[in-house]
Amino acid sequence: MNQRHPLVSWLYGMVSVLLPVVLALAVGGILLLALGKDPLAYYGYVVKRGLLSPTGLEASLTRTAPLLLIAAGLIVAFRSGLWNLGVDGQLLLAAVVTAALAPELASGLPSVLVIAVCFAVAMAVGAVWSLIPALLKAQFGVNEIISTLMMSFLGVSLANVLIKIPFNDPLTTVPQTATLAVEDRLSRLADTTIHWGVLLALAVVVVVHHAMTMTALGMRLQIVGANMKTAVHAGLRLRLLVVVAFAISAGLAGLAGAVDVLGVHGTIRADWNPAYGIVVIPLVFLARFNGYAVIAFVFVFAVLVIGGESAARRLDVPTYFVLVLVGLVMLFLAVTEFLDHRRRLTARD
Amino acid sequence: MDGLLSEAFIASLFFGAVTAGVPLLLAGLGEQVSEKSGVLNIGLEGMMLAGAFAGFAAAYATDSFLAGFCAGVLAGMSVALIMAVLCVVLGMNQIVVGIAITLGAEGVTALLHHVLYSRSYPRLSRVETWTIPGLADIPYIGPAFFDRNALIYLAFALTFFMIWVFRRTQVGLNLQAAGDAPAALDAAGVSVTVTRFVSVLVTGCLGGLGGAYMATVGGGLFLPFMTGGAGFIAIVLAMLARGNPLWVLFGAFLFGASLALTTALQVVGVNIPTDVIQMLPFAMVIVVLLLFARHSYLPPALGLPYQRGAR
Repeated sequence: MNQRHPLVSWLYGMVSVLLPVVLALAVGGILLLALGKDPLAYYGYVVKRGLLSPTGLEASLTRTAPLLLIAAGLIVAFRSGLWNLGVDGQLLLAAVVTAALAPELASGLPSVLVIAVCFAVAMAVGAVWSLIPALLKAQFGVNEIISTLMMSFLGVSLANVLIKIPFNDPLTTVPQTATLAVEDRLSRLADTTIHWGVLLALAVVVVVHHAMTMTALGMRLQIVGANMKTAVHAGLRLRLLVVVAFAISAGLAGLAGAVDVLGVHGTIRADWNPAYGIVVIPLVFLARFNGYAVIAFVFVFAVLVIGGESAARRLDVPTYFVLVLVGLVMLFLAVTEFLDHRRRLTARD
Repeated sequence: MDGLLSEAFIASLFFGAVTAGVPLLLAGLGEQVSEKSGVLNIGLEGMMLAGAFAGFAAAYATDSFLAGFCAGVLAGMSVALIMAVLCVVLGMNQIVVGIAITLGAEGVTALLHHVLYSRSYPRLSRVETWTIPGLADIPYIGPAFFDRNALIYLAFALTFFMIWVFRRTQVGLNLQAAGDAPAALDAAGVSVTVTRFVSVLVTGCLGGLGGAYMATVGGGLFLPFMTGGAGFIAIVLAMLARGNPLWVLFGAFLFGASLALTTALQVVGVNIPTDVIQMLPFAMVIVVLLLFARHSYLPPALGLPYQRGAR
């Protein structure tokens, strides 16, 4: 009974992953109908503009860079059993510091060095912003969901204060940081609009996936994630591991911010908050913390967002609809997970 | 002159603290019930948003605050029903479902708002001024607590009602047991599932009411994502209150005051960027966590689904 044909279990895995997506699209379609829109036209337009048109595809691929880096960080945190829900604050603070630092450095340093310094600083900023929740969790067992969320709200506001006061570019009317010259940004791949941050992000996801599943550190973190008491009994330095997992996770979120600024925006305006974090969480769950599956889901999501942005203008379906879809995917994911769990329980009996 | 200014300052600070504190109080009291019974209700933000939208829409359509409050309660409870079925009955991961509910509610309310109102902007601005009825004749110098909308008195009364429920009734004991030792409650012949199910619905009811208050009495308009983290602050309040509703009351008005500080400072002509002020409540949570981390008490079975006979 438990020894199924590998093909069968592979198929089963595919179904359990795709089912939530299909159900979410179906319920989303019903919602569109209720709003008086043609769901097939909407989904068709999304695919056409997000995937099939060259500019749309390039935009979608570019968008995957920050999302993949966030996802890589979340894989580390979630596999360690830690809920880092503070990604948005970590990312935005790192992005703002990068945006302020890069134009300053670019006047004196070669661009390779500028980018290297910015990446390092951004990761450090993200990691520092996770330090309080990490220490509270490690020392007193304070629930990290709450502390990371609070630090996230705090970080978003602090980022705005930084943009408006110390880092404000006096030459512009809208508060924003100084703009980084286009030639100092991350270089493009061939003659596309895609920057090499996308490749970096792909590499990071793959490295993180294997580091978590194949190295000693990854193994230790997974033990922490499976059962903290077991980790203590196994002689692991629990507090240190919690802080390390948080630092890696938040550091990668910071890197995501730097890549987005150096690769795409070049500057940050006040009140800009892409809120990538909260939507990447469901994707990482959907992928069952598997790096390769994360890559696939992030790409699909990017297509949905880029196509959805075009559709919002063309078909008058606001981009909020994409949020609804992500929420639905997560709900159905939880349901399939539950059914799968119950099936395995009965199979064991 | 100086005295007048400081009087205006204090009056508007108190007034704003109550206005901003009541939704936190309502939602925090609701979250306290569900945390006591062992359900960490991360979907509270979504329930508040649903309540805010439904409350606004109903109050706008019927021109009645009461209808708005009722609609808010119903909306909050229907979102809570999803949470209760998935997490309490089926035992699914409370955090995943909670995030999904918050995301979904953000999307749905923003979408509905867009469909219903955004193309006729004038109607919204009329609603904005239409807020005032219960509050219109408040003298600036009068105490901020005694000339308010009925819901505000209800929220205060509810705090003491909850103390009574927790300390003096069987229901309160059952709630406590469902969170502390669900197996013992089960052995005593009380259904853990029913206890938790009801407590999640109560959270949805109070969260929805808090949201409806924000969009009617509080702001008089609905904006997408208008709760802006209030649900999460309410969760923190419930966590730090260690099961005592009085601490929720105290915390809610402390946070309300820090939210109201911007307007109060503007009254006396001090202009600080709103972002600095917006940081205050969240910074305060972090400071409180740092100072009192050891004292925050959570039920041992919090966040764990109950399965009869499971080890």
